[in-house]
Amino acid sequence: MSRPRSQAEYLARLVPPSVAGLRRRSLLAGAAGTGALLGTGLLAGCGGDDSGGSGSKTVSLGSNQSDPKPKDVIAKVVDGFQTSSGLQVAINTVDHNTYQENINNYLQGKPDDVFMWFAGYRMRFFAARGLAGDLSDIWGKLSGMSDAFKKASTGDDGKQYFVPSSYYPWAMFYRKSVWQQNGYQVPKTLDELTTLAAEMKKDGLVPIAFADKDGWPAMGTFDILNLRINGYQFHVDLMAGKESWTSDKVKKVFDAWRGLLPLHQPDSLGRTWQEAAQSLQQKKSGMYLLGLFVAQQFNNDEQDDLDFFTFPEIDPAIGAKALDAPIDGYMMARRPKEEENAKKLLEYVGSKAAADITVKNDPSTLVANTEADTSGYTALQKKAAELVGSATEIAQFLDRDTRPDFASTVIIPALQQFIKDPADIDGLTTSIENQKKSIFTD
Amino acid sequence: MSDLPLVQADRAVPPPAATTTTGGRGRRLRLLSRTDRVVIALMVLVPLLLVVALVWLPALATVALSTTDWDGIGPVSEIEFVGARNYSDVVNIYPPFVPAVQNNLLWLAALFVVATPIGMFLAVLLDKELRGTRFYQTALYLPVVLSLALIGFVWQLIYSRDQGLLNGVFGTDVDWYGDPDVNIWAVLVAAGWRHVGYIMLLYLAGLKGVDPSLREAAAVDGASEPSTFFKVVFPVMRPINIIVLVVTVIESLRAFDLVWVINKGRNGLELISALVTANVVGEASRIGFGSALATIMLVVSLVFITVYLATVMREDRR
Repeated sequence: MSRPRSQAEYLARLVPPSVAGLRRRSLLAGAAGTGALLGTGLLAGCGGDDSGGSGSKTVSLGSNQSDPKPKDVIAKVVDGFQTSSGLQVAINTVDHNTYQENINNYLQGKPDDVFMWFAGYRMRFFAARGLAGDLSDIWGKLSGMSDAFKKASTGDDGKQYFVPSSYYPWAMFYRKSVWQQNGYQVPKTLDELTTLAAEMKKDGLVPIAFADKDGWPAMGTFDILNLRINGYQFHVDLMAGKESWTSDKVKKVFDAWRGLLPLHQPDSLGRTWQEAAQSLQQKKSGMYLLGLFVAQQFNNDEQDDLDFFTFPEIDPAIGAKALDAPIDGYMMARRPKEEENAKKLLEYVGSKAAADITVKNDPSTLVANTEADTSGYTALQKKAAELVGSATEIAQFLDRDTRPDFASTVIIPALQQFIKDPADIDGLTTSIENQKKSIFTD
Repeated sequence: MSDLPLVQADRAVPPPAATTTTGGRGRRLRLLSRTDRVVIALMVLVPLLLVVALVWLPALATVALSTTDWDGIGPVSEIEFVGARNYSDVVNIYPPFVPAVQNNLLWLAALFVVATPIGMFLAVLLDKELRGTRFYQTALYLPVVLSLALIGFVWQLIYSRDQGLLNGVFGTDVDWYGDPDVNIWAVLVAAGWRHVGYIMLLYLAGLKGVDPSLREAAAVDGASEPSTFFKVVFPVMRPINIIVLVVTVIESLRAFDLVWVINKGRNGLELISALVTANVVGEASRIGFGSALATIMLVVSLVFITVYLATVMREDRR
């Protein structure tokens, strides 16, 4: 082989034969094809049908339910709407994470008439920025929605912008068989919890399964400790940026957490919630604080063995009646193409009929409509619905109750820092407060 | 490269313009037909427009946005100017920034000091035309074909604390991806695994191109293998060495996929590129703050680009 004379000639020879076999034209065609494929995957690219005009029979729905099971449930609910209304629904399903990451561009571009979203600050934020349609008139027609759900659907201006469809509580999950075998009792106070955990340790179990590789599960621990120590209103104010993170109240939360950390599964920063849930499933850990979706990691024949209790009381003056129970649901675009049809669809997804379809097809979630026929619930679902029903206040989870930029760029690294080095609470809270001041400016 | 007879032969050919008469402007223009001129104009203009629109404008917009606190929502007229606040925030109150810079430098050092020499060494071995050399070549080059995202997934199966291969085989419980003192090294092994294959291929191609007569001459002079390599082959491969250097720098600056797949570049795996993404992409939408981070990265890259261009241009002038 002769020596290349120029750099270009040299580089040309680096192309492996497998690639060199392709002609340039076919490469270009391939690139164009890939581009087209990518293009269709982008949210902004999909605006729905431009049928236009009033009296149209169509409405478009943006869905983040990309997993097979929930996707199937949505399809069945939409089928129900199509049969009852005679309208056609175009469902535009996008991968869950992509949907969330593109939501800003999506809502400012050509969003679908109706789109799925979450209650809480995330909903209020877009409502306040004028990116969501007012649904107050629909709320006049909805029945079976509790006041708590109405409150969670209301924007800063007092109007409703959200129709709840499903929710799931966070609690301490455990396997009945393990607890029966060892004679464990559900703890009612923090002291009882630590005593129980010590017993579990003696029995060779990891007392509390724990994972925070993805950054968000630890938010659940912070939330529940904050709710138990300082109460719901403080949670709301802290998340809204009105309370200082350097206050003694917040330090007390971290302090309590520091005391509990030795009872948690070690090395949590390298573990996903699925892996932690499997340690509970394999009877290696005693309990696990997570949302109801933890049941996904259990086989069908183990579902009956799964049980839970709400996180015990810490301060008797505050009690144990508040909890995290994030609500999922639907919103309307600020300027939908088919406003009338969109409202009909929204009314339907909030109705008993839609809830009944969901109950029949999805055992991993609870429906928001209280009139729904819940006889199809599993024992676990029934208990979860009872728990939420008896709650005095329902929080939406840290990253749904505060600004997304604050939750993801400040709180996630901060909580991971705390888990790594629980000693320096003062330094940690000062750092959070400094960043908070820079972010909560408007 | 002045020692090369081939290049000198090229230069010895007198430029064609000298053979034509000493015509002025008009004469030279006639060498190109109208179509030629249109084609040339298009060939210059189209890429120029593309580069300006897709590279320069976004880069300038990034620099401009880094002085605002835009959250990506609402018209451009509502963007508020905050001066250098984003930069002072990055340096003063943003805890992941310093580890990110350190990790980027560590990444560069590890690829440069460890992975690149290993790649070179493997290339030299494979150049010996061992039996089954094609098999080794393919095996070592395979990771380069895979995307870094996929590599992250493959290594996840090896590194997982509870269910991974490594802890399973050795009965240890090291938290490879979660322990911030360990994970950057674990990730560097994965990144280096890929980089070695890349460098190996570059060097292998270079070694194949070295004039065999040079080695023969060295052998006749009684030079040992190592000294033939270090004193004859290595210096002759100067252009490849520069490319390898540049590739290594670029690879370490654009390192991103791997840490993003593992834990979104948090908890010990901070990289500037991951911080930019975490702030700009997704729900966070701190466009202004993220742009400030991106601008810092741009400045760092510019230093390397300038050094490279200066070297290449000096080479051309000789």
